[in-house]
Amino acid sequence: MPGRGAGRVLCVSEFVRNVRLWFAPQEIREEGGTPDYRFSLANERTFLAWLRTALALIGGGFAVDQFLPDLRWAWRAGLALALLAAGVLCALRAVNHWVRTERAMRRGEDLPVSRFPALLSLVVAVVAVAMVVVVLTGWEG
Amino acid sequence: MSEARGTTRDPGLQPERTRLAWRRTTLASTVVVILAVRALLHGGMPAVGVVAGALCCLLWLCFLWLAHRRIHALAAPGQPVSLTPRHAAAATLCTVAVAVCAAVLVL
Repeated sequence: MPGRGAGRVLCVSEFVRNVRLWFAPQEIREEGGTPDYRFSLANERTFLAWLRTALALIGGGFAVDQFLPDLRWAWRAGLALALLAAGVLCALRAVNHWVRTERAMRRGEDLPVSRFPALLSLVVAVVAVAMVVVVLTGWEG
Repeated sequence: MSEARGTTRDPGLQPERTRLAWRRTTLASTVVVILAVRALLHGGMPAVGVVAGALCCLLWLCFLWLAHRRIHALAAPGQPVSLTPRHAAAATLCTVAVAVCAAVLVL
């Protein structure tokens, strides 16, 4: 499907552009007008809330490793790594979404929408179910 | 701090709320670092683990410094300046690096 492929390429180039913006604050300032500082601060708080979510996932990874010591090593390491990976994704997404929102506000465009919250909820639900299964079955093993 | 802003003080207390959000985030990172040190102490202190644990503490200090600078900027009189992308990226990189150290400690 050429349409979907082109969309994906566009998505990747957009992400690369955003990553460049993380380290080039002057570039974001050149675009559009400065929004009301209260909107910028609200965006910053959202970014921090996502960062806390990332930190909580990382803490969850540690907790699985330390507070389920009777579990088989493979299960424990797998669950812990899954939570840590989710934390990394969440942190990277936090800054990316912050940049996109900041730019949209400067240009006066609609704020970016995202599938990420739904995806993260699904991952957390799956990890929670896996944890229940592991705790019920892993103790015998 | 708030007195310095005087009559132009924001009734929605936006800078104060943002400052508290930074504080909450440093608190969350403190909990993670404490868990990291606990993992290290219970894991029998392997050499790689000690390096990862020390790195975690260093990253925590970096994050504390970033938050401190931002809180200072928000407390300054006048209209608060918005967060720079570099500052946000640095905070994110600290978090990601802590996750990498955590992976080393867990394995």
